[in-house]
Parts: sequence; C-alpha cells; structure tokens
Amino acid sequence: MVTIPTPPSGTGPLARREARLAWGLLFPTLLSVALVIILPLLAIFWISVKPIELADLRPPSPDIYERLRGNPKAPGDDATLEYRLRNTSPDTPVTGVTLRDRLPEGLTIPQLDPRCTLDGRDLFCDFGTWEPGFRERMQMPVEVTAAFLGSGINVRDSEVSVTGSGASVLFDTNFTTENFARVFDGAEFWSVLGVTLFYTVFGTIGALVVGLMAALILNKDFRGQGVLRGLYLFPYVAPVIAVAFTWVTLFDPFSGSANALLLQMGTITAPINFFGDRPLALIMVTVFEIWRYFPLSFLFILARMQSIDSDMYEAADMDGASPFQQFWYLSVPQLAGILSVLFLLRFIWTFNKFDDIFLLTGGNAGTRTLTVNVYEQAFAISNIGAGAAVAVVIFACLLIFSIFFFRFISREEGL
Amino acid sequence: MTFIRQGYVTGPLIGVLWSLTVAITVSVVMSFATGEAFRPGGAGILIAGVATGLLALGNRDTTLVATSAVALTGALLLTGLGPVIVGEDVGLRAKVLTLLAVGVAIGYPLSRMLEGCATGALDRHDFEAAVIRFLTAFGYVFFTAIVAIPFYVMVMTSLKSQQALLQNPLDFSLEITRGWGLFRSYFELFGQYNFGRYLMVSLIVSVLTVFITLLFSVPGAYAVARLRFKGRAMMSRSILLIYMVPMIVLALPIYIGFSMAGLRNSIAGILLIYPVTTIPVALYMLQGYFRGLPAEVEEAGLMDGLSRLGVIWKITLPLSLPALASVSLYVFMIAWNEFLLAFMLLDDPSKFTLTRGVKMLDSSEIPRQHLMAGAVISTLPIMALFLGLERFMTKGLTAGSVKG
Repeated sequence: MVTIPTPPSGTGPLARREARLAWGLLFPTLLSVALVIILPLLAIFWISVKPIELADLRPPSPDIYERLRGNPKAPGDDATLEYRLRNTSPDTPVTGVTLRDRLPEGLTIPQLDPRCTLDGRDLFCDFGTWEPGFRERMQMPVEVTAAFLGSGINVRDSEVSVTGSGASVLFDTNFTTENFARVFDGAEFWSVLGVTLFYTVFGTIGALVVGLMAALILNKDFRGQGVLRGLYLFPYVAPVIAVAFTWVTLFDPFSGSANALLLQMGTITAPINFFGDRPLALIMVTVFEIWRYFPLSFLFILARMQSIDSDMYEAADMDGASPFQQFWYLSVPQLAGILSVLFLLRFIWTFNKFDDIFLLTGGNAGTRTLTVNVYEQAFAISNIGAGAAVAVVIFACLLIFSIFFFRFISREEGL
Repeated sequence: MTFIRQGYVTGPLIGVLWSLTVAITVSVVMSFATGEAFRPGGAGILIAGVATGLLALGNRDTTLVATSAVALTGALLLTGLGPVIVGEDVGLRAKVLTLLAVGVAIGYPLSRMLEGCATGALDRHDFEAAVIRFLTAFGYVFFTAIVAIPFYVMVMTSLKSQQALLQNPLDFSLEITRGWGLFRSYFELFGQYNFGRYLMVSLIVSVLTVFITLLFSVPGAYAVARLRFKGRAMMSRSILLIYMVPMIVLALPIYIGFSMAGLRNSIAGILLIYPVTTIPVALYMLQGYFRGLPAEVEEAGLMDGLSRLGVIWKITLPLSLPALASVSLYVFMIAWNEFLLAFMLLDDPSKFTLTRGVKMLDSSEIPRQHLMAGAVISTLPIMALFLGLERFMTKGLTAGSVKG
C-alpha cells in the first residue's frame, strides 16, 4: 500500500510550543500595560458618568478622638474617659464600626457603656451603623489610682484601632450625565476645541517646516558638525520644566530680557505681556512648541536625507537642474514619506501635550487646550467627574485620529 | 524674475539682507554681553549692504572686501549712521569691537556668497547658488541664536543677584568680583532646599526605570520580532497605539487609585508607573533592531543545543548592545525629564524628584535666579550624558520613536 504524502495541516506541537513561549515572554509586558494603561482607561469611562468631587475620594470613615477629662491629681479624683465619635461623611452611612483600645494600668471603669465590653485591660465597643453626619461623645466615669498617676502615662499613648467603612461614591450605582453636559456646555467647549486645533495644527506644521529648513542647511559635512547638531537638540533633550521656566523668565513683562531688548532697540514702546495677553499668549505657546520639537523632525529628516543617493543629484546637475529645481523635483518626493509619517505622529502627540502649556501659562489667557482642561476641571474646580468627561472626549478624538493613522501608516510602511 | 537675476540687483539685495542679519546679531550679542545700548540702524544697513554687495560681485579677493567693509562701517559709525548704532556711554573698547565685528561679518561672508556672480545677467544656476549660500549662512545664525539664547539666559540668570537682575535685565556680564558668590544660588539650593537629595532620587528613579524597562521589553520585543504566533501583527501595531494614549488621561485615574491605595507620595509608586510608560517605546524600538539581526546565527545556536532563552542571552543581547545603549539612554531621558506624574503624585518635599523640586521653586517668594539654578541643575546632567553619547542617542531616536 502506497501512502500519499500530504503536507501537515493545523498547528503542530512545535508551533504550539513557540506560541506558548512567545506569550510567556510577552506576559509581563501585557500584564503591566493592562494594569497601568487599560485599567485606568476603563476607569476614566466609569468616572466620567459619576458625580464625583475631589473631596469624595476619601471614603466616609468613622473618626474617633480619645481623651481623659477632669484632670485628676490624686487617687479618687473624679475623671471621665471620653471618646468623641463622628462619621466624616455628611451623606453616607458607615457600617460595622468597632473600637479597640487598651486601658493603661491603674485606670478602672466601674460603669461600662452598654455597647462596650472589657476583657482584662482591653476595651472593645461595637457601634454597628452610624448614620450620615453622626456625632456623639461617649463618656465613661473612671477611677484613677496612684499607679496611674505616678506612671505619667497618657490614655492616648495606646492607639485606638477603629474599623468600619462606608460605601465610597466611586463604587455606588449613581450615574449622571451632568459631567458631559457641563463639558459641552456653552461657548467654552468650542473655544477650548478651537485653541487645541490651532495649537496642534500650527505647532505640528511649524515644527516640521523649521526642522526641514534646519536639515537642509545642516546637510553638509564639516568639522564640528556633531557638536552643532548636539547643540540644536538642546530644546528637545532638556527637561520641559527647565526650558519652560527659561522662556517665562526671558519673556517676563517686568524683568524679562526680551522686553528690555525690544524696548532698547526701539521696536516697541511699552513692555509686552507675552504670556498674558489674549491672542499673543496662544501664539507664544505655539512658538514654544515649534521651538521645542523642531529638533526632532530635524533629526528624522536629516537621517532620511543622508540616505538619499548622491548620484541622482549629480545626474541632475549634469542635466542643468538648478539647486531649487533639485530640491523641488528630487528631494521633496524623496522626503514625502518621512514628512507625512512625522506629521501624523507629531499631530497626535501635540494634541496630547499637557506639560508645556501648563507650565507656561497654566491655561490662562486663552491657551486652555483639552488636556489642560482635564486638569482644570478635575483639580482646579475639584470636579473629578467633569475632568474625566473631558478625558473621554480626548480619547474619542484620538480614536478617530488613530483609525486614520493606521490606514495611512500601513501604506507608508512605518518608520 | 529675470530682473532679480542681474548681478547689480542680486548683489546689493543679498548684501542688504545679510547686513541686516549681521547688525541684529551683533546688537543682540553686544547687548547681552555688556548690558549697554546697541541697536541696528536702518540707513547704515542699507548703505553698507548695497556698497559691500556691489564690491563683492565677482571679486575673488575676500580680504580686500572684508577690509573695505570694516573701513566703510567705521566711516558710517563716525557719521552716526552705522549699521549698529552704539549708545553714547559705551566704552571705546566695545565700540572698536563692534566696528570690527560688523565689518568683518558683513564683508567676508558676502564675498563668499557672491563668489560666482558677475555684474551683468546671471544664469539661474549661479543666482540660486548665491541665494542658497545666503540662506545657509542665515540659517546657521538663526538656529544657533534661537537655541543658544535661552540656554545662555538660563545659565547667566542663575549666576546673577536679585538686585542686578532687576536693575538691568539685559546685563548678563559676569560680576567676577563676587568670586564664589557667583554660585550663591547653587549653594543655597543644595544647602537649604535639599537639591542634593532630589538629584539622588531622580538618578535612582531613572536608573531603576531603565532596568525594569529593559527587563520587561527585551523578552517582549524578541517574541514580537522572532517568534511566530497568532496575533503577532496585531501585537506590534497595538504597541504603537498604546504609545498614543495621552498621559493626562491616565494620570487622573492613577491619581485616584494611588490615593486610595496609599501609594501617593512614595518613590515605590513612581517606580510602578514610570517603567510602564516607557516599556511600549522600548519594545517598539528593540523589536525593530531585533528584526534586523541575522536569524541564521540564532538558528545555529538552537542547532547547537541552546534553548530559546539561552539564544536571547548569549547571542541576541550581545549583538544588540548598541541598540540597548540607545534605548537605555532614551528611557533614562524620559524618566529624568518626566514632570506630570511627579507633579501629581508627589506632595512631600522629602520625596521629590528633581523636576518636582524645580516646580517647587516656581513661587513668588523664591527669587528667579534660584529657579534658573534649579533649571540648570536639572538640565546639565542630561545634556552632558547626551553630548557624550550623542552617536547612540541620535541613532536611538531615529530608530523608532518620535515620542515627545
């Protein structure tokens, strides 16, 4: 009998082993990304439909303060052990409240509160549930002895341990659409969106164009080029906090060198508040963005230019093409790929940018972008829910961008 | 267009534009260096530019052009029409220096720019070559200025005293007489504001971030680059996608989670977050490099009895040392410069990172020069590291990241 050889079908044991190994190697990364990126993203959606303020982050809890009243001086003096009990939340009950404390030597309680039991020196009280805004002073008369007075021990020296918890607003099922209503409310949203688009579009294009110019100029070999290139990367490599504060110092309306220089040259007659006046502040933060990120496009474009064959230019030279013609008909088509990829990536990252504007203007003077608005809503106005709603809007915009981006980048074959 | 392509039009035109560049540059440099009054003068620029431009046409003797430009500038300065107008109380030495600088900087480069240009009609090639030489020279001046000025202002402000700064914001000259007093801001930052500690914290956090990132991303990158499994293409794409989630969107839930878990105000909490923000970047950069390595070497290793992990450890890693260096540097830079998370998660001054410490200095009660000294302290280590290892860094940045 002749068996006809057939190619193996399905996944063999070797392939399965390889796949298992691959997932094993990827597992730590996937786990950490899931914990720190996917989980928070889901949380953002949850929070955005809940009425949460900054203060609600601390869950309602029982608060107990212990002290000895009456200031006993001699054995037999009247004294009272007082526990001040309080529910920290004015609108959520706390359940399962208990108290555990160790009484110091030489202190006895003749009449215990009915909710409490005493086992040796260990005091235990079970309070059950406290209503919202619950407040009480639990007082128990105590007898002091010479042993207690002589030891110099304070009743507060032994830590009171308290249990009991209330449902945090974060996990209940109260939902609201008010956060989104507030975000989309009125003209503010559109002005924020407009500022974001201006900043993103001009920041991205500007950084690309300036980077392209720098690359064209520096695409020459000479000594000291490495140092100069290193210097040109300074805006990108230095910490944002350092360069942002330097700009603020440089353009300060009162003690800034830029104003002093312009005044002295007679270009202006009165100091300009560069980061404080309405249309100017937005232009300035965009210029800052261009300044900070042109080195990056410069680096990428230069790398691409140096990989272009010089034969082509020599041939064009022989055929009588002028330098500008060579740039337009040879360099630009060669650079189109890297330029468009850079544009898409930078567009998204400029859209996501937060630190720069936050440090330069704090989002004032008409420079509030969507990302700054997240911070503004969540921390300045203390409305976490509204901040999360803005974050959801940002996420939706990014989803649209990235769909477009992936269509495109699969054609452009990445970087 | 043909009108411009006449030598006697092109020459003066480029001459004037270049003179304007030189005049502004010299004014700014002299103002920043001495704090005294220097400003560009329109008429002088026009006269010097036109004259030198005409002279430089077709003239091969650069020294002659430069000398004539110096003489011309001198004459203009005496008549009060100089390309740079110098204030009356400026000393003689500064005046002579300005004169020489302006003259040479106008004459010498102009004669090089207009080298191939005759007085009559120019062909397109010569004309554009001259324009490009002008643009190149202008570009060097422009880019060096926009990068160097902020850096210069940052360093010099940190060395000034509060009084001197308020008196004349333009004066960046060093008061040598103060001796060690020049570095007062730095002494105070390290002495009173605990910056030595912040420097250590930042260093430790950054180095640990690099290690953890490599530990996670090397196996992951290898799996994506070499091993065949279902979902491999999707995996390498989603890495990029994760890369696009804005930090501020994540920072809010992380802040809430950390508040509830008691991880705020702890270095451990920061170390939990930082690596995760850099792992996708590192993974993406490394898998690109791993793909470029020859698979045959690894297969030979497998044939000789190494396990996959053995192959990674003994073959892939030694081969990819340059890539590991670039990735490490890049991750170090991200961790060192990180501001948003440190700002939101750290409130306790004993646990600050350097960037958080500098933000603390941004208050109206703390003088400006302290803030600038803080900026210098946070910038210098990363700049030194970067300039020293520029080759790796440039490669690493272009290898697969445009993250900013």
